Amino acid sequence: MPLALTDTERAWLHGEGGEARALAMRVITGTARIMGAKKLVEIASAHIDGALYHGDSGTLFGERLAALGAKVAVPTTLNVGALDLACGTKTRLPPHEHEMAARMMRAYEAMDCAPSWTCAPYQAGHRPAFGSDVAWGESNAVAFCNSVLGARTNRYGDFLDICCAITARAPYYGLHIPENRRATFVLDCSKLSPALRNAEVFWPVIGTLFGQRAGTDIGIVTGLKGFATEDRLKAFGAAAASAGAVGLFHIEGVTPEAPDLVTATGGERYPETIRVTPAMLDAARAGLSTTQEERVDAVAIGSPHCSIDELLELDRLIAGRKLARPFYACTGRHAVKALEAAGRRDALETAGVTLVADTCVVVTPILKAIDGVLMTNSGKFAHYAPGNTGYAVQYGALSECVESAVSGKLIRDERLWA
Amino acid sequence: MSAHRPKAHPILPGTAEGPLLRLTAPLSFWGGVDPKTGTIIQVRHPQCGTSITGTVLCLPATIGSSSSSAVLLELIRLGKAPAALVLAEPDAILLIGCLVAREMGWDAPPAFELAASSQHKLAAGPVALDRAGHFSPLRQA
Repeated sequence: MPLALTDTERAWLHGEGGEARALAMRVITGTARIMGAKKLVEIASAHIDGALYHGDSGTLFGERLAALGAKVAVPTTLNVGALDLACGTKTRLPPHEHEMAARMMRAYEAMDCAPSWTCAPYQAGHRPAFGSDVAWGESNAVAFCNSVLGARTNRYGDFLDICCAITARAPYYGLHIPENRRATFVLDCSKLSPALRNAEVFWPVIGTLFGQRAGTDIGIVTGLKGFATEDRLKAFGAAAASAGAVGLFHIEGVTPEAPDLVTATGGERYPETIRVTPAMLDAARAGLSTTQEERVDAVAIGSPHCSIDELLELDRLIAGRKLARPFYACTGRHAVKALEAAGRRDALETAGVTLVADTCVVVTPILKAIDGVLMTNSGKFAHYAPGNTGYAVQYGALSECVESAVSGKLIRDERLWA
Repeated sequence: MSAHRPKAHPILPGTAEGPLLRLTAPLSFWGGVDPKTGTIIQVRHPQCGTSITGTVLCLPATIGSSSSSAVLLELIRLGKAPAALVLAEPDAILLIGCLVAREMGWDAPPAFELAASSQHKLAAGPVALDRAGHFSPLRQA
């Protein structure tokens, strides 16, 4: 069945809304045809992942749109860029790359995107309504938007996201369609110890396990009711979307489309129930670390960007001590402002924490260029840091990250996992 | 001759020639492929260190970041992209890279769909892909 466009959409495609909108419509309809969409859907907001510098091509595309006079037609936030404009942490980008990254950020701001520069826009005030259609990029933001907020978005790739924002249209397929949002497998955590389920460090691990099983499937996790917090769901989704192509997950009794198994699965029989065992968790957790070396050269947290709660927890765990290793806390300018309002920014920086805002240490070169070991409490950092930074990774709890950074050597507390 | 060889379904039509590279595990281009060189850099990937440049690249599944389109676009601009993409299923994220490349006037690789189970039947070595999605082995010069 061919793609049906409204008269307005057809007019835009033929240039009657200007060349920027025509270009955006060509990319959107091209994608719609590839994905077998029968129509486009109006969207209420967008979150743009495409303003992060990966090479001159992205800058040139953003500038092409901006030069054509493109403006976003819906409220639109920006994911991270390659530069820290808010806290001024220096990157090691060479002059040409630095300039192109800055040009890219300016091009997207010129299109009236809000300069949120965060991968956790949902904690910076951008929270679309339940059931609304939106176009979001950035895999963790997509997972959170669909799963925790119950808004509907596919995993929008860089460049399609801005095209959707310019036209307020998206191809209608995939997770925009309610029937496609049902769970087809169950990950049962009910036999795990409550202490473990109640620990921050558990959530990226179970998220990784979920993502590995899911691929592009949608699943529901059971046995976590009463243990979830917003930051834990954030960590789960980020890990799941790194280990698999997860755009939507359900957690029984927690996420809005999963009050119970029957609702989340659409009442159909689900073919597979996986009972999570400690051995499965051990394997997933071991996979998050890439080295046996008992060494820590730097610590990075904040993928997704730290919330104000997470920054205050970091402050509490450091407890006035000095850090012996470089410690990077990646966050958004919204959280930096809240940290200042709480009067704790100076304390964190005096202890030795480097606040990285608007960007993060895995997407742009901030870490010292050494052959070292990076410790993190983020499943997403653990997944991407080796390829993007050259560091080996040790995965651990935030408390283990802090104790290791204070002492300068790897400190672990295995009791929780025993 | 080619009667028993799998036929791929064209998604973004075109022809291609190059060594067949069948990924044995899913790969996210962002964080998985160096956009400057076309080398696989995801250390957990079994084919880490392999170059995808100029290959007829068969992907069994897609995972990971929504920036994979940006990495593919940069590979295309630098002439480091695969010669063709053969995907187990249409993947909007990756293929945006091809669509935008065409808007920018850069030469984008064609893309085809072929189930992972059929990808297994393809033998390694240089192959040609025609517009209809037929594979045929190329004799090495």
